This record gives sequence, structure tokens and C-alpha cells, in this order.
Amino acid sequence: MSDSGPVIDVRGLVKTFGSTRALDGLDLRVERGEVHGFLGPNGAGKTTALRVLLGSVRADSGHARVLGRDPWRDITALHAQLAYVPGDVALWPNLTGGEVIDLLGRLQGGHDPARRARLLEMFELDPTKKSRSYSKGNRQKVALVAALASHAEVYLFDEPTSGLDPLMEEQFRRCVHELKADGRTVLLSSHILSEAEALSDRISIIRAGVVVETGALSDMRHLQRLAISAETEHELHGITDVPGLGDIVLEGNHLRCSVEPAHLAELLSHLTAAGIKTLESHPPTLEQLFLSHYGVTVDEDATAHA
Amino acid sequence: MPEQSAGWATTLRLALRRDRIMLTSWVIGLAATAGLSAAATVDLYPTEESRVAAADTINSSAAVVALYGRVYDPTSLGAVSMIKLTALGAAIVGIVMLFVAIRHTRGDEEPGRLELLTGGRLGRQAPLTSTVVLVSGASAALALLTAAANTAAGLPWQGSLAFGLGWGVTALVYGAVGCVTAQLSESSRNARGLGLGVIAATYALRAVGDLADPTPGAMSWLSPVGWNQQLRAYAGDRRWVLVLPLLASVGLVLTAYAMRSRRDLGAGLRADRPGPSAGSLGSVGGLSWRLQSRVFLAWAVGFVVFGAILGSLASSVDKLLTSPAMRDFFEKIGGTAGLVDVFLGAEVAIIAAVAAAYGVSAAERLRSEEVEGRVEPLLATSTTRVRWASSHYAVALSGSAALMVLAGLSIGASASASLGDWSQLGRVLVAALVQVPAVWVVTSLVLLLFGWLPRFTVAAWGLLVSFVLLGEFGALWKLPEWLRDVSPLRHAPTLPVTSSAVLPVVVLTLVAALVSAAGYLGWHRRDLTN
Repeated sequence: MSDSGPVIDVRGLVKTFGSTRALDGLDLRVERGEVHGFLGPNGAGKTTALRVLLGSVRADSGHARVLGRDPWRDITALHAQLAYVPGDVALWPNLTGGEVIDLLGRLQGGHDPARRARLLEMFELDPTKKSRSYSKGNRQKVALVAALASHAEVYLFDEPTSGLDPLMEEQFRRCVHELKADGRTVLLSSHILSEAEALSDRISIIRAGVVVETGALSDMRHLQRLAISAETEHELHGITDVPGLGDIVLEGNHLRCSVEPAHLAELLSHLTAAGIKTLESHPPTLEQLFLSHYGVTVDEDATAHA
Repeated sequence: MPEQSAGWATTLRLALRRDRIMLTSWVIGLAATAGLSAAATVDLYPTEESRVAAADTINSSAAVVALYGRVYDPTSLGAVSMIKLTALGAAIVGIVMLFVAIRHTRGDEEPGRLELLTGGRLGRQAPLTSTVVLVSGASAALALLTAAANTAAGLPWQGSLAFGLGWGVTALVYGAVGCVTAQLSESSRNARGLGLGVIAATYALRAVGDLADPTPGAMSWLSPVGWNQQLRAYAGDRRWVLVLPLLASVGLVLTAYAMRSRRDLGAGLRADRPGPSAGSLGSVGGLSWRLQSRVFLAWAVGFVVFGAILGSLASSVDKLLTSPAMRDFFEKIGGTAGLVDVFLGAEVAIIAAVAAAYGVSAAERLRSEEVEGRVEPLLATSTTRVRWASSHYAVALSGSAALMVLAGLSIGASASASLGDWSQLGRVLVAALVQVPAVWVVTSLVLLLFGWLPRFTVAAWGLLVSFVLLGEFGALWKLPEWLRDVSPLRHAPTLPVTSSAVLPVVVLTLVAALVSAAGYLGWHRRDLTN
């Protein structure tokens, strides 16, 4: 294992299931100590990519290294330094959450009991309950506690917050920040832009089995546009003259559009002049990004490559 | 109740859609089995004398009576030809319908598929209602097709109708048993295990009743398989007996409804208590044993109890030799000791097939753990694939071997007690042990399928049923030797165990090892799937 190279190094990865190309020449680089967001809509190939990195499935072609090791052949040595939380956590119904956490902990080489207790408290998880009575969110917490209590080099999270409420999501973010402060490497798959944005140093956007964009989010100006929806008292004139505007839909006094943050003030002065009645602004969803950036909807994308 | 069953037609259509091939082929296959067997025996016993002679041999062999029951009219071709299918056939018909009933109740509830549906306009009892309709329809179809097949094969239509109806109502009863065990257990695997236990228990009850004096004893009347025999198709056609299974089915189905209305979706009848907050499990081996130990212990109790019942029947071998000519004949060829060997050997062979069923069901865990997504988190730790698979496979292999030891001890002790001859204990134990490699070969087929054709892992059950059918009907259907030799169970040595047993034991052990190695290789190389 070389300390200088990237922790995850994937080049030209291809994986097909029958006639479906789940990964179609995927490239991914995650540096040491980095929190990397792995972003894409459902069915884009995120989970398949993670499963290749885990050694659960074997790639048809291409190059994949985690900590300098081949995840298919050096699987045992690699897994001693790796923690993983699946997107859909299944547990043994008649074991309690505490028993599952301890089992996974021992198989990973031992947990720190203090850390385990603290995580249980943070996530408000009752470890005496049988797994069959846990909700999806609580099952996810079991897997999160087991993974976070271990001392791994690399953490792979597959949509880890999909079953958590906002409060628990916040706790998860705190844990990821701690991992980062500790110098650990995290690969976090998500289909929620804001989650990846809040946590990641860099992100890679995957679409139809290919990474279409990678880098720091601040470098991706086009991804930073705000989605605006406004209603004014008077009719809006000359709105198209405002620079940095896109996706404009103007219906009488209703305006929907996207705007670059640098030009937000100009847009607002225009709207104020026309008498703002309502104004909503939010970061674009992944779906909107795909629509504006690639000219396809997520659904079309998924069916085109299914 | 009616509003609680709202939407049952929808779930019925769904069930028919999912089962259209499997259920249809089972019903046709079973009816064809009856018809083929009937056709084969029509040629085998052309004269009344030949039939009476065959029936005499059957009725005077305790082993045959314990396994298949009696011929109630020695002159009747139908009664002689359908003897195995009246008992063993009825049990197999029952197993099929038991599985169907569980598949559409608990089997759908477990992975949350039903929850997806009950979000729509579906009453709480709808899945149960549609399952009852499905099972009733399939049983009726089986009854009519079987009656038609036997009539076509040359047996009288009145008897064939009784026989077909007998199968139909037996299928219905065990389907209803499945509806109840599905409510009692939280997983379909446990529901199937419990249901198979009921079938085995009722089968053993009738064995006791059939060997009782005077026959049939009360025990025969406590068993659906016993009812099917006492229907006496082709030997009096006592159609009133059909009322018993029908009443029992109604009672069981009502019980299932009452149980379902008292529990939540996904839950069993017993509520969960809090467990330990910390665990002592530290290895996948410990986990597998924890997951499988309760089921194993239930099987172990069953093996000991059934072994004791079967063994105690050994003393009736003598009593059944009623005709002086028969007694004379056996004394000339070496006395009744040989008969006792045949009897005990047959029991050990049957129990070996049941132990193979345990091995298959324990090894099937490999696939269900994978499908349910519980393997990946374990394999993301330092646990290797081979190590994880071995943890469950070891339970299957050592568990089935332990069951054979228990069966050998139990049958042996109880036979020794009933015969007053304690030398039987060791002989029966050895006879049970030499069956273990054949049981392992059957079990290893699960690993082979799991490694190379994971989606077809469940086909191991079909292989096991085929091996049993080959053993029971291979000769009757005049199948070629090589085909009958396919069944590993055929190669296990039987009583008296001599030095000639060494070769088959060694060869079967090697085959099991090779098949296992091939299975491991496939598992090591393939992608995880679900």
C-alpha cells in the first residue's frame, strides 16, 4: 500500500448484467483523507460501482484499486481496512441491534466500547430490540453504528441517510466530519445534491455508468444555480435581459427560472420593481440539474440505459 | 369477514400469474404419476391369483405395512397397484400444497411484498382467502385429473374417482395446515419446517395404527394419510370417509382466519421481548449456529420420537406372518431375523431421506441469506466467502449426520426393547451411520447449485423428491438401471452391514467432497446476486 497514491483509483470500469451496461467505462479517483460525494440518480450505477469496490461483483474490464489493492483478489486484506454501510440494510430478525453491532464489530477486528456507547446515544438507538421490530431507519442506524465504531481507513456509504429523519441526518454529518478530521477517507453515494454538497470535498456525478463530471462543487458553477419561483403584482418585462438567467418559464405574473448566484441581486431588483408577492428559492434538485445540463430527464436517462 | 377479504380476487390473479407454470406442472405431474403407476401394474398382475399373491406378500411384511399400509381387497387390481400412492403419494401431494399455501401467505408477507399491496384496497384477510381459493381449486383439479388418468390407465372409474377425490382432500387438508403454520411462524422457512413436521407426524401415526391389532388402530384415524387409506379406493370405496378431511380443512382454515385477525402484518403470534444490548457472537460460525440451532433441535426431537415409534414396530414383523405357508417359506430361508433386518433397513433408509431433507433445508440458508442481503455486510469485513459459506454448510453436514446418529440410537434402542434383543442397537446405529455419505451427497447438491446456478438453488428440493420417486417407483415404471442409479440414496448400504459397505461409503463420501469443492469454486468466482 502506497501512502502517496489515491485511496480509490478506478479507470475504465465496465460491468454488464446481461444486456444492461451498469458501468460503462467508469473513472473515479478519491484521495487520502477526502470526503468524496458520488452523485447520481437511481439506476445510474452507484451501487454497482460500490459493489465492485467491495469485491462483491467482478468487473468485466477496467482497473480498480482500493488502498492500492485489487478489491476482487486481495479482498481479505482490503476488508480489514474498510467499513461499509449498504443502502438497504437487512438484519437477522431474531438478533438484537446490539448483538448485530457487536458481531460486525468483532468481524471487523474489534470496536471501541466507549465509541460504540457514544454512537448509540447520538443516534438514539435502542440496542435491546430485536431486529425484526426495527424500522428501515433504525436498521440503517445499526449498520451505521457498526461501521462508525470501527477503525477503518476507508468508509463506503451507499445512500446512508435514505431512511433517517433530518435530526439523525445531522448526526450522521457530524460523524463524517469527525472521520475527516481524523484523516479517514469517505466515499458517499447519494442522489441528493444538498447532502453531497454539505459533506463532500469533491464530488463525482455518475450518469448511465459513466462519471460525467468530477471536481470540487465550488468549481462547478453550472451546478450552483438557484432555482427561483416568484409571483409579482405587475407583469414582468425585460426579464430576459437579466444576465445569468436560464430555464425561463414566464406565465403572466408567474416566473420560474434558474439563476447564477452572481446575478441574483439583479434578478431580485427586477422582481422588486414589479412588486414581489411570493418568492421561493432553492438549490436545484439532481433532476433539474440533469434536465438543464444534459437535456434529458432522469427517467428518460434510466430507461435509455436499462 | 367479507369486507376483510376485499380484493381477494386481485391477489388470486397475482398468485395464478406467479404460479401458472409451477402449480400446473405439479398437478399434471402428480396425476401422471398415478396414471403411469396404474398402467404399469395392469400388465404386472394380469390374473386374480397373481394379485392375491402380491397382496399377501405386502400384508405380511411389517416393513411394507409400516411404510405404505395394507391392501384391503387382495383381488382388486386398483388396491394392489395404488398401495404406495395411497400413503406416500398422499404425503407428497400434501407437501406440494403445503408449500403452495405458505408461499402465498407468509412467503409474501416476509419480504414486505404484501405490505405493498395492502396499501391498496386490500382487506387484511384477502391473501388468506385467495390462498384458500387457490389451494381448493388446485386440489379439485388434481382430484379430477388423477381420476381421469387412472381410469384411462384401465382401472375402474368408480374406484379411480374415489382415489382422485382422496388425493384432492388430502392436498386440501395439508394446504390448510400450511395456512395455519404460516400464521404461527415469522418466516416461511419455519412455517415449512413446522408443516413438514406435521406431515411426518401424521404419517408415523398411521404407521402405528396400521400395525396395530386389530387393524386399523385408532391412530390411523388421527391422520389425513390414514383417512386416505381408510377411504379404501378400489376396495369398497367408502366415500363417507371423505367427510373427515373436509371437516378438518374447514376447521383449520377457520383457525388460520382467527389467528390472522389477532396479529399484525409481518409479525408472528408471540410478541418480542427485549434482548441483550450487547452480543457475544464473535464469528460467522457462531452466527450460523445461533440462526440454525433452534430449527436443528426441533428436528432432533422429531428424529428421536419418530425413531422410537418406528423401532417399536419391529416386534410386529412376526405377528403379520399369518399364513403358515409364508411362515414356512421365511423359516426355510433363514428365519425371521432376515425379516427384521428388512424392516429396520427400510426404516433407516426412509429416515435417511428425511435427514437429507434437513440437510437441504439447512444448506438452503446460504441462498436465503444472500437474497435477503445479509451476506454483503458480513463479507465487507475480513470474513472470506468460503469461510462464511462453510459456516452454514457445516451446520447442514454435521446436523444431518447428528440426526442420523440420533435416529440410529432411537430406532435401535426401541427395536431392541421391543424384540428383547440388545444386539440390535449397535447394528441399527451402524446401518444409520453408513447412510450419512449418501445424505451428504444430496446436501452437497445445494452448494453446487448455489455456486453455479444461484437462482436455482431451490431446485435441490426437486432433486431430492426425484431421488425418492426414483427409489419408490423406478422399478415399477421399468426405468433403466443407470437412471435409477442417479439417486445417491440408492447406493447407501443397508442391513446387515458387512465389509461390502466400505466401498459405497468411501465412494459416496468422495462424491460429496468433490461436489462440495465444485460448489465452493463457483461461489468463490461468481458475483453476489439477489
